[in-house]
Amino acid sequence: MNIESKCRIVEMTRLDAVTFWMVLEVGKMVEKRGLRGGQFLHIKCGDGQLLRRPISVACAVPDEPEDLATLIFEVRGEGTEWLSRRKVGDELDVMGPLGNGFDAAQPGRYLLVGGGIGVPPLMQYGECLQWPRTAVLGFRTGAKAFPAITSRFQDHCEQTCICTDDGTLGRHGFVDAQVRDILERDRSYTAVLACGPKPMLKSVAKAAAEFGVPCQVSMEERMGCGVGACLVCSCGMKDGSVRHVCKDGPVFNAEEVDWDA
Amino acid sequence: MPDMSVKLAGVTLKNPVVVASGTFGFGREYSRFYDLGELGGICAKGLTLHPRTGNPAPRIAETPMGILNSVGLENPGVDVFIAEELPFLRQFDTKVIANISGNTPEEYGVMCEKLSAAGVDMIEVNISCPNVKAGGLAYGTRPELAAEVTEEAKKHANGVPVMVKLSPNVTDITEIAKAVEGAGADALSLINTIRGMRIDVNTRRPILRMNTGGLSGPAVLPVAVRMVWEVSQAVSLPILGMGGVSKGEDGAQLMLAGASAVAVGTALFADPFAPLKVRDGLADIAARQGLSAVSELTGGVKPW
Repeated sequence: MNIESKCRIVEMTRLDAVTFWMVLEVGKMVEKRGLRGGQFLHIKCGDGQLLRRPISVACAVPDEPEDLATLIFEVRGEGTEWLSRRKVGDELDVMGPLGNGFDAAQPGRYLLVGGGIGVPPLMQYGECLQWPRTAVLGFRTGAKAFPAITSRFQDHCEQTCICTDDGTLGRHGFVDAQVRDILERDRSYTAVLACGPKPMLKSVAKAAAEFGVPCQVSMEERMGCGVGACLVCSCGMKDGSVRHVCKDGPVFNAEEVDWDA
Repeated sequence: MPDMSVKLAGVTLKNPVVVASGTFGFGREYSRFYDLGELGGICAKGLTLHPRTGNPAPRIAETPMGILNSVGLENPGVDVFIAEELPFLRQFDTKVIANISGNTPEEYGVMCEKLSAAGVDMIEVNISCPNVKAGGLAYGTRPELAAEVTEEAKKHANGVPVMVKLSPNVTDITEIAKAVEGAGADALSLINTIRGMRIDVNTRRPILRMNTGGLSGPAVLPVAVRMVWEVSQAVSLPILGMGGVSKGEDGAQLMLAGASAVAVGTALFADPFAPLKVRDGLADIAARQGLSAVSELTGGVKPW
């Protein structure tokens, strides 16, 4: 199975100083390999960087001549800085699809909870999930709630709540308070699907557990090989075992994760 | 096309390129990319007598032309390897080299008994892991302890060749090499990673959760070449050279310095096909230089 390929950039938009929206032609990765939001692509970021960078897929759709994958990323270091300087028409060395993505196959209602750059990996679920869903999207400040992203949720979810840490947009506060309010009124959700910084995931997982709603969390860890061989991206589990974000995740059942590891 | 086969401790490898322990798991992941039978050999992920969960994350940090890791020997234990992983590796036409670490010399012996009975082609004795507290590196930095572990491994390996993996974190690597040779080792592999550290200047925290880790990648290649050269002059054992190899020329340098075969590790993370490219690059160099066999490179350096 060939999981390494050259992918051409067909769209590159700067959302702000550090946030980029990139669309890649990914061969038939969607049709033939089932690429979907929440999985990641492992991208070589120039010859100066020894390691590839795992970038989450926001949205992946079949298309002609090639399927398209939308990646929304923040510049965090030299690798993503290199990536941010690519232009439409450039080719990238891409490994994928990698990782599992969220499991939303079961019919029902879903609660999507994203924080910061953890919002994009939920975009496809907000936009295309065949079941009704509610979205809770948290940002540090209103300027980070890019309409290009939030509108994808607002246009397709039953309800989209925006929270900001500084109160400049939507509700003032963290997403877990909003999640609690929603579950307090109605706990009949099939599952919570969450992506964001680890402290946020921990508090959302706690809230979901209090109301007896299953919760899936997308974890982030520094990665090496991206395929499960080098074992660096470990995630400690409650049963004392260790799993690996690249191969076993990035999405895990929240109740299996050891949040204090 | 030059003859690509080489001999390492009496074992014939179809080509001189092996994958380094700890970078290739037990082969399952990379078997999705190519037939593992293309490789000269596979050094499997380091094993311990009992399962280990390893160190907390972050376990990796990128550095200039290198990476630091502190995995801490996460592995399912030697028994699970024999029951579940070895049969998988055995499907491929390549040599399987088990890598072991112990807390005591006796543990090395017990693992050698189990692995030789299970049928591996070679046992790589790790006395140089920088990321675990007990055993590991301590055995690799003191000649008398290195010799004791080697003797114990040899005694229980039942004829399976024993290759001892040396640490570069010593004042004089040839002292350890000689001690290990005297204790009956069949081959040496070097270098393991060099201890290093990276600090995030904003948080003032080391990137690695264990503060320090082992450096690998192109940054260490010249150190590996120098150490292989020194060791090859000090002992008569065959050497598996490793450290920063990502292309044919890197492998050829190690062979010229005295290695009989080379291992590719960190380069895999960017390019799963790196070992095959190193193999093809070595074949090109040997052909270009008019050699009938790639093994003619070994020890061929002409020092000033």
